[in-house]
Amino acid sequence: MLKATPFHERTAALCLSHAWRRWAGYIVASSYELSHEREYHAIRAAAALFDVSPLYKYRIRGKDAARLLDHVVTRDVQAMKVGQVAYTPWCDAAGKVLDDGTIARLDETTFRMTAAEPNLRWLQDNAAGFDTTIRDVSTSIAALSLQGPASRSILERLGELSPLKYFRLAEATLSGIPVSISRTGYTGDLGYELWVDSNQALPLWDALMEAGTPHGIVPAGMLALDVARIEAGLMLIDVDYVPARKALIESQTSSPYELDLGWAVNLKKERFIGRQALAAEAGRAPQWQFVGIEIEWSSLERLYAEVGLATRLPAAAWRTSVPIYAGNQQAGYATSGGWSPLLKKYIALAHLQARWAAPGTQLEIEITVEHRRKRAAARVVKKPFFDPERKRA
Amino acid sequence: MLRYDVIVVGGGHNGLVCAAYLARAGRKVLVLERRERIGGAAVTEELFPGFRFSVFSYVVSLLRPEIIRDLELPRHGLHILPLESTLTPLENGDYLGQWNDHDHNRRELARHSVRDAEAYDEFGLMLHQMARAVKPLLAMAPPDPTSLSLGELFGMKRLAEHFQGLGARRFNTLTKLLTMSSADFLDEWFETEALKATKSASGIIGTLLGPRSPGTAYVLLHHYMGELDGVFRAWGFAKGGNGSVSAAIAGAAQAAGAEIRTSAPVSKVLIRGSKARGVVLEDGEEIRAKLVVSGADPRRTFLQLVGEEHLPDAFVDAIKRFRFRGASAKVNLALGEAPDFTCLPGRGAHLRGAISISPSVAYLERAYDEAKYGEVSRHPYMDIVIPSMIDPSMAPPGKHVMSIFVQYAPYHVNGGWTDARREALGDTVVETLSQYAPNLKNAILHRQVVTPADIERIVGLTEGNIFQGELSLQQMFFLRPVPAWAKYRTPLSGLYQCGAGTHPGGGVMGASGRNAALQILGAA
Repeated sequence: MLKATPFHERTAALCLSHAWRRWAGYIVASSYELSHEREYHAIRAAAALFDVSPLYKYRIRGKDAARLLDHVVTRDVQAMKVGQVAYTPWCDAAGKVLDDGTIARLDETTFRMTAAEPNLRWLQDNAAGFDTTIRDVSTSIAALSLQGPASRSILERLGELSPLKYFRLAEATLSGIPVSISRTGYTGDLGYELWVDSNQALPLWDALMEAGTPHGIVPAGMLALDVARIEAGLMLIDVDYVPARKALIESQTSSPYELDLGWAVNLKKERFIGRQALAAEAGRAPQWQFVGIEIEWSSLERLYAEVGLATRLPAAAWRTSVPIYAGNQQAGYATSGGWSPLLKKYIALAHLQARWAAPGTQLEIEITVEHRRKRAAARVVKKPFFDPERKRA
Repeated sequence: MLRYDVIVVGGGHNGLVCAAYLARAGRKVLVLERRERIGGAAVTEELFPGFRFSVFSYVVSLLRPEIIRDLELPRHGLHILPLESTLTPLENGDYLGQWNDHDHNRRELARHSVRDAEAYDEFGLMLHQMARAVKPLLAMAPPDPTSLSLGELFGMKRLAEHFQGLGARRFNTLTKLLTMSSADFLDEWFETEALKATKSASGIIGTLLGPRSPGTAYVLLHHYMGELDGVFRAWGFAKGGNGSVSAAIAGAAQAAGAEIRTSAPVSKVLIRGSKARGVVLEDGEEIRAKLVVSGADPRRTFLQLVGEEHLPDAFVDAIKRFRFRGASAKVNLALGEAPDFTCLPGRGAHLRGAISISPSVAYLERAYDEAKYGEVSRHPYMDIVIPSMIDPSMAPPGKHVMSIFVQYAPYHVNGGWTDARREALGDTVVETLSQYAPNLKNAILHRQVVTPADIERIVGLTEGNIFQGELSLQQMFFLRPVPAWAKYRTPLSGLYQCGAGTHPGGGVMGASGRNAALQILGAA
C-alpha cells in the first residue's frame, strides 16, 4: 500500500482530476484540476501550494553535527550560520553524486537535512567517531511549499514574519501553529517551504488556504511543479541524473562537475567523502556539462509545416532521454523538457559533451513529427531560463 | 547633425514594438507619446485607490509569440494568464458554458444539443485549418495584386500557391468565410442559439456591423487565430492588466537603447521637399530624424500630422474613405464583492473566464439595428471579464474589478455624446447585467464609462474605433489602409506607418509594429 501524507484528507477532497502519482512511497497529486495549466500559472503569477511531505527529512544533532555533515556533503557546512539553508549534493568515494538536498542549520548543534532518497544508513555508517544523534523525522514532520509572487503576502497575513532572505530559515507562529519557514523551493520563484509537526498539518493547510484565497492561492501538483523547475534549470534525481547507488554501469554516474554543481564543491575542506576524486577531476575539465537548451521555434514550425500541420507541443513536461546532435555526431542528450507557457519557448535540460556545451552553440535535437524522427535546430542557452528578481529580493 | 535615426509617433503597443525592433537593430530611436503614460489603448490605470483597470483594451488576443521571444518580454514582466472559459447566461435562467477541458465542454454542449456537441469538434477542426490557411499571411507584408513589378508578382505567386495547396474543399470553405455573415456561416453548423450568438459575437467586435452582415464570418476567423496557438496560449489576460504588456515592450525597447518621452504631443510631421525629416511638438520643439514612423491611425497620421497638401489627391481621398465608425464602449466597475449569477451561483471557475451577454443571434442583431440608426442598443452585447478573479493583484483582497465591453454604442450617436448620455449608457449596462447577476448593483463601489468619443479624446483613436479602422473585409490585407500603400510605407519618403490601421490590423497583436520595423530595416 502506498502511504498518504498528513495532508491527504485535504488534498484528496480537492483532487478533481483523480490524477495521482507516487513519490517516495506516498501518493501525491499530479494535478488537482483537469489540466495543470492554472496550477502552473499560479506559481508565476499568484501562489501555488504543494504538499512536499514525501521528502526524506533527517535531524542531525550533537557536538559534532556540523563536522559530520561537512564530512558527508560537498559544501562547507561548518561555515553555515544558524538560520542558513544550503543546497548541496553528496557523493560516494568515487566522487559520483548519490543524492541532492538541503541542509538547514537550526541552531549551533542541530541541522535538518532533506533528501530525495533514503539516506539514514549512509549518514549512520559515516557517523562513526562523530558525537551526533541522527533521527529520521520524515513522517513526524509534514512539509508544504508555498511558491509564487503572492507567497510572502499570504504568510504575512498569518503571523509576524521577520524579513527572510533567500535560503534563510526562521521559526514562526502562523495562526497559532509553530512552523519552521525556509525561503526555499523548487520553482525558481519567490517562495517558502513550511516544516510543521505532522499533527498540525491540517490546521496549517486550512489557514494557508483561507489566507491565500484573496491572493489567488491554488493547490498545485507535480505536473505544474515539473514545468516550473525546468524553467528554473533545476535538475531532478532519477530523471536528469542517475544516483550512483542505482547506476548499473560506470557511465551512468555523474560527478557534481558534470551536473553543473561545481560551485557546490568546496575543495578547501580537508576531508569529505569523494574529495580525492573530485580534486583530481577539478584539475582537468569535466567531460560532460549539464546545460539549458532552447529548441528553435522556426525550425519546429518548418518541420510540422512539411507535413501540413501546425506546430505541436507537448502538453506537459517530458522526462525521457532525447539525443542531441552536432552535425553527424551525437553531442549528448536531453533528459527533461517542455513548453514554457510563460516564455513561449520550447526548452530542455541536457547533458552535452564539454566541447559542444558553450552557450550559443548550434545543435540539433531529435523530435518525432508524425511518426518520423526529425531534427530540430536547438541552441545552448544559459540556465536558468527564467530568473525573476523577486526570487532573491 | 541628426540626433535620431527614427522617431516613432505614439507610444501605443505597436509603436513600442516597432521601436524595440529598430533599437535592437542598432537604430537610434525616439518614441513620442502624447499622454503622460505609454501604452495607447493598452494601459492599466488605478482609477480608484486599490482598483486597477485595463481601461480600454482588456485582453491579449493575438500577441505574436515571436515578439514575446524576440523581445524577451517575460524578462520585462509580461505574463499572460489563460482565460479559461466563456459563460453565456440565458434569458430563461439557464446558461451555456464553453470550457477548456474537452470532456467538460462536450457534456455542457450536449445539455443543449447533442448534435451541436458533436459538430463542435468538427467546427473546431475546420476553423483550425482555415486559420492555418490564413495565418502565414499575417506574418508577411501583403503583395499588391495590381502591380506588375517582379517582387509583387512573386509575392502573388507564393500566395496563389499557398491557396492552391489548400485543396478544393478547404478553399470553398475559405471563400464562404470571406463572403458570408458570421451568423449565416454558423447556421450551417449549429442549432443552439446561444452558441451561435456567442461565437458570432467575435465577428462583430469593434465593428458597426451585425452578426447578419456579410463579411463578418472572416472577422470571426481573424479573432480565432489567437486560439490556433492552442497550447501556445497567446490568448489571455496579462498579469497586471494590459498596461503591463506595454510596460514590458517599453522595457525591452529601452533596454535596447530606445528613448521614450511621454507628455510629448506631436503636432506635425516635418516635411521638406516631399520627405519626412522629423516632427514638431505642440510646444514648437523641432526634433529631426532620418525616418518618422507613425503609430497613429491613418486619418490622424495623414490628415492631421502630415496634411493633405503634402499628399496625392487620390491617396487623400482613399484615406478619407477609410472607415472608422467606432461602435463599442467600456464600463469599468470596482466591486465590493464578486457578481453572483443566478444561472450559476457562487464563485466557481466561470468567473475566471469571459462572460458573454449574447443569448441569441436575434438579440445581437436587434442591438445592431438600433445602432444602425444612431441609437445606443437598449439591450447591448457585452463581453465581461473579472480580472481580479484571474489576477488578484488588480483589486484589494476580496474585492474585484469588472471590465465590460459594450456594443453597440455608435460614435455617431444621434445628438452626439454628452455626459448624460454617457451615464445613461452606464445605467443601461448595469441594468441589463443585473438581470443576470442581481447582486451587482449593490456591489458597485465605483463606475467608469468610456464612450467612443472618450476613446477618441483620451487615446486619440479616430471615432473611437478600437482597431484603428474598421476590421471589415474591404479594408483588410492589401487594402489596409489604402490600396497600393499597404506595406507600412506612405507616399512620402521617410514616413512609415506601424499602427493597427495597417495590415494585419487590431488587437493587442504587435504584428503591425513588427512588420513595419522589418520593412524599414529591409529597406535601409
